[in-house]
Amino acid sequence: MSYPLNPSLFNDDVKQEPIRAGFGRGLKAAGETNELVVALCADLTESTQMHLFREAFPKRFIEIGVAEQNLVTVAAGLARAGKIPFTSSYAAFSPGRNWEQIRTTAALNNQPVKVVGSHAGVSVGPDGATHQMLEDIALMRVLPNMVVVAPGDSIEAEKATKLIAENGKPTYLRLAREKTPIFSTDDSPFEIGKAYVLREGADISLLGTGTMSYQLLVAANILAEAGINAEVVHVPTIKPLDEATILASARKTGRVLTAEEAQAAGGFGSAIAEFLGETLPMPIKRVGMKDRFGESGSPAELLEYFGMTGAGLAETIQEFVKIAPRYHQDT
Amino acid sequence: MRTNLTISQLEAKANDIRKDIITMLEAAGSGHSAGPLGLADIFAALYFNVLNIRPQEPEWADRDIFFLSNGHTVPVQYAAMAEAGFFPVDELVTLRKFGSRLQGHPEREKLPGLENTSGPLGSGLSQAAGYAYSMQYIDEITNRFVYVVMGDGELNEGNIWEAAMFAGKNKLSQLVGFIDRNNIQIDGSTEDVMPLEDLKGKWEAFGWHVLEIDGHNIESIIDATSQARAITNRPTMIIAHTIPGKGVDFMEYDYKWHGMPPNHEQAKLALEKLRTLDGKITHEGAGV
Repeated sequence: MSYPLNPSLFNDDVKQEPIRAGFGRGLKAAGETNELVVALCADLTESTQMHLFREAFPKRFIEIGVAEQNLVTVAAGLARAGKIPFTSSYAAFSPGRNWEQIRTTAALNNQPVKVVGSHAGVSVGPDGATHQMLEDIALMRVLPNMVVVAPGDSIEAEKATKLIAENGKPTYLRLAREKTPIFSTDDSPFEIGKAYVLREGADISLLGTGTMSYQLLVAANILAEAGINAEVVHVPTIKPLDEATILASARKTGRVLTAEEAQAAGGFGSAIAEFLGETLPMPIKRVGMKDRFGESGSPAELLEYFGMTGAGLAETIQEFVKIAPRYHQDT
Repeated sequence: MRTNLTISQLEAKANDIRKDIITMLEAAGSGHSAGPLGLADIFAALYFNVLNIRPQEPEWADRDIFFLSNGHTVPVQYAAMAEAGFFPVDELVTLRKFGSRLQGHPEREKLPGLENTSGPLGSGLSQAAGYAYSMQYIDEITNRFVYVVMGDGELNEGNIWEAAMFAGKNKLSQLVGFIDRNNIQIDGSTEDVMPLEDLKGKWEAFGWHVLEIDGHNIESIIDATSQARAITNRPTMIIAHTIPGKGVDFMEYDYKWHGMPPNHEQAKLALEKLRTLDGKITHEGAGV
């Protein structure tokens, strides 16, 4: 069954919405379904969209103030008391500042603390490098017990939030601040741990996570005009990886490009390279931040500068396809 | 657990816990001596009088909750738990050994009866505060309490003061903290490394009810917790003045014993001192 894409995906007026908005709706819905869900915020309640939950369930909302270490450790205590705590702040501060607390009291302690990092990636824009969290995927995916999810749009973020509430595990949910084009539909599938082929192709597998999956779809359209038939695979769950879907696509096309709005080192592309390097070694190109911080600018300017728009990605892919031999089953 | 042990029987229990600590640390060949010995009276009071817990049913829903924040002192908790019947006393010598449930620093998932995982300092008070918040405001349970033991060196951590503000703001009256005020940390005296005084004034300024007690006087420890439970508009912090290494004279007050276990000869000497209550008992009875 093919993945139901938003039919107006490639229109100029494609509906856009911040991914965090989907989180806000999803959390409120999770709170309605399950009274064990509680929410904690570090003085950024509207910005992280937790205000919807706060208004609906004031008794289950806890203001922590600007104290990210306390944010996740109070949550660990609530989890021990049987609650399902969602914590939110900007990703630069949580998990940026409180990683050890997450490691010890959520991951090793194996409590279902949900760390929601909003404002991840360069598309945070004018706030500049301090607030553009790029290392969070690497930091969180190395933790045993931790699940790492980066939804591609607001509809998917809503679905992901509801499922994360019920998965019983410490989980990192990575959200972007800017309006992001919506490529999925209400009927599109989403499960934690699953990757989805958004577009079938034979020449190269384009693997995206978070906001980059939409950009890869745009890139694939540009590439089609140049005679390159790219397969686009959306990988919203970075840990655990959907190895079967990734392997099937890579085996079919014989070469892979990954894209993420994060440091390429240690991030999503690295996770794919580690997996394929050990199972089906083949040429891999990783698009992401290359050992540098971001800077101030408009989100669109920054994505273009760092080669993370559809057009920029198409260019990189064309260059890569020229030099990268394809994996052959018999080699 | 709630028992009918008298104060002198509780003191004997604290002595048993100290002997266990020496035995297990010697067997482990590594670990911390001073802190656990200094906390033995507090743990005897908690595990045999104060805490409403059931060793045979560690997840009993109506239990009191105990969090250990300074995880390196866990030998005293393991010893108290074993003496209380959570697991066999024989298992104590597996401390820090491969395959043991008694990890060098406590891991909740390894051993039933532990409420948290700790070691990196400064995070226990927050977890206790989270649990106490859940009781007081979400589940509206009034007959259970959350206790947490912290070290004094650990108060250097910023996370502690974030939790202090949070508990003060929310008037978490079912939260009872102990500070093991033994005045030592790894690099020396707490007041040289990073001064904590006026410690009582600091906690009061954060909105806490503060008690200062002799941390080796079991009656004072029990009384302080009763007082804490009676305070209904603030969390309580009990600053328990203790002697690091208490009960073994050559370890007392000597900060080199913070992170060191006794060797065989030292353990033998320490056990003899504990058995005879440092020479006060000249005729050792049977069964000691």
